[in-house]
Amino acid sequence: MDFNLTEEEEAFRDEVRAFLDENLPPESERDAMFPLRWSKLVREKRWVGFSWPKEVGGGGATLMEQAILKEEMANRRAPPLGTCIMGLAWVGPAIIQYGNPEQKDRFIADILDGKYQWCTGYSEPDIGSDLAALQCKAVREGDHYVVTGQKIWTSLAQWAKWMILLVRTGEGGDRKHDGITCLLVEMDSPGIKVAPIANMARQPFFAEVFFDGVRVPAENRLGEEGQGWQITIGALANERSGISEISGLLWELDLLKKLVRQATVAGRPAVEDSRVRRRVAEFETRIAAMRFNGLRYLTKQIRGEPLGSETSVNKLHTAHLEKYMAEFAIELEGSYGCLAPGTPYAIERGRWQKEALGWCTAVIGGGTPNIQKNIIAERILGLPHD
Amino acid sequence: MNFGFTEEQEIFRAEVRKFLDANAPLEEVRRIMETPEGYSPELWKEMASMGWLGLLVPEEMGGAGLGWVDLTVLLGECGRSLFPSPLIASTLAALAIQENGSEEQRARWLPGIADGSSVFSLAVLEANDVLGPDGIRLAGAESADGIVLRGEKLFVPDACAANCFVVAYRSGERPEDVSLAVVDREVEGLQVEDTPGIDATKRMGRLELDGVRISPDRVLADTARPGWSAVERLLDHAAAAVTAEAIGAAEGGHALIVQYANQRTQFGSLIGRFQGVKHPLAEMYVDIESFKSLLYYAAWCLDESPEEAPLYVSMAKAYASDAFTRIGIDGIELHGALGYTWEYDAQLFLKRSKWVKSVYGGSDHHYERVASLGGL
Repeated sequence: MDFNLTEEEEAFRDEVRAFLDENLPPESERDAMFPLRWSKLVREKRWVGFSWPKEVGGGGATLMEQAILKEEMANRRAPPLGTCIMGLAWVGPAIIQYGNPEQKDRFIADILDGKYQWCTGYSEPDIGSDLAALQCKAVREGDHYVVTGQKIWTSLAQWAKWMILLVRTGEGGDRKHDGITCLLVEMDSPGIKVAPIANMARQPFFAEVFFDGVRVPAENRLGEEGQGWQITIGALANERSGISEISGLLWELDLLKKLVRQATVAGRPAVEDSRVRRRVAEFETRIAAMRFNGLRYLTKQIRGEPLGSETSVNKLHTAHLEKYMAEFAIELEGSYGCLAPGTPYAIERGRWQKEALGWCTAVIGGGTPNIQKNIIAERILGLPHD
Repeated sequence: MNFGFTEEQEIFRAEVRKFLDANAPLEEVRRIMETPEGYSPELWKEMASMGWLGLLVPEEMGGAGLGWVDLTVLLGECGRSLFPSPLIASTLAALAIQENGSEEQRARWLPGIADGSSVFSLAVLEANDVLGPDGIRLAGAESADGIVLRGEKLFVPDACAANCFVVAYRSGERPEDVSLAVVDREVEGLQVEDTPGIDATKRMGRLELDGVRISPDRVLADTARPGWSAVERLLDHAAAAVTAEAIGAAEGGHALIVQYANQRTQFGSLIGRFQGVKHPLAEMYVDIESFKSLLYYAAWCLDESPEEAPLYVSMAKAYASDAFTRIGIDGIELHGALGYTWEYDAQLFLKRSKWVKSVYGGSDHHYERVASLGGL
């Protein structure tokens, strides 16, 4: 066990810090043009897709260098590295791993440059947690697949130019998983209809997507027919050590402590209330546990051992923290806790209320907490499938 | 950065596991815990010969000169077996001497701890149960030929097994008036009694010191951390040691329930298929993984980054206290009536969890410390 950085790693960390000193103004001083400048700068440094291979345009960095970069960026509240959210998170890694040379040429550079957004067509109206039972159908006709069916809860669908789509191309024999194929679909293809859905905060961040005989060129199939499930599992396992989320959570914890110092409980300072102090300490402990879990998983990855279902551990911690930190803050605000975000009397313009209505993406996307528990119970503890 | 064990540490873990599997299966643990001394002097001797009793003792004093990360490996496996021995007591006493004793004092006592010829324990707490400088009421009065100790010590680990104690006493009212001294079991005025606990694999006792006279060369005064701060550091190590054992014990208890869930059939199905059973088991896994990560980092801090240690020791002990408690209770419940029997082993893990949560500060104590250290 050794938590010290090597000389090279320290040098890299110092390079990142120097870059941030020079190029990242405080949040209050960032103008409208700043995001564009920032995107260009970090792209030039090859820090977008930092761990992707150099030959596709990535930075070729080690996992450790990538972890250092992310931690430094997050500690300084820097904007994200790159703007193509899903492209960078899993579409890119999936194309790098399973795509042919033409697909890599066609898509990877655009993802790194943030030219457009990707969306992800997984869930269907009757198919959520049991994703492998999906029904959206693709039939091969000559050099095309013809797709018919529906997807739902598709984030960014109305803005995305491309979708990574899971379809059923066969029954899969004994295993329904084996009949699933992965297609890359252009969102303006004839026959696609997108209907946005408002979430409970009234933001239209996800949508229903209808496919009515949509023709997808066979060259846009990722991997082999029937390989879709394997690609999905591999891609979702990416970026899961959970380290990049820690600093954001610590930032929220600082704000929560600030609130504790101002709030009262039954007329007495909340900061003197032992129950309040314990709750905050529990949050802080859970975040620290996430950090050290993440470092243990990162060590495993660095040693070349595959990262399996243990990443569900931090996903469950994230879910807990996302749900209950904001809830606790609202409780501390007393009557103010029920004011709508943005109203004049809301504390800090209602940032905690916004959080309390906005946690669903992190908690439900990628598998609900109950699914994460199933994964742990079945794949790690060896308990029978239900 | 490397947050994993070395190959040597994994080999060591396997060696400890093999020894305990061969010599201390739970039937044997049940036998040892019923003996008057509460541990097996024969196995203790074997552990000494393998160098496990002086793991932290410097090589020139007859030890292995290793660190706390290595110790967590040994303690974790002892915990998994619920192995009854004065290992934590003697390790803490050795640390007290190593960190606060003179060269001469170290040479006098440490080799005997490492080779197993003496069993030491650390006596800090008293009836007031205060884990702070005010808790030390045992009075040390200067006299012509040394110091006279008058008072008591409670919750002394393995008191009846020990033939020597490192005791904390005070000679004035300030925190810096707290000192540590080595007291022999056989000295006049010292009475030792066993105080039965819920967990028979973890013996504790009470010392009564009625005018015990010790010579000045038994006071551990050659220290960079005078007074209470030396004791506080020992308590951090104690909490870390208990939590390190709790990792193995919690995993052992958890494995027992998982095994049962994979064997027991009801309503025509293995009960491990029911989410009412499998989800709590998954949550327990999450908890064990998490306090394990916290404790490993805390153990690394104890050796390499002492200023960070108090925070992370407290996080680990707080988290473990609650998580292991739940494993103990839910473990019994998930076994149904079988879990409630004397014969079945689930009760042994439940009882260990009661000991873990109680000693060297429970979750309220340690979360309060996390809050203070975190700036509240």
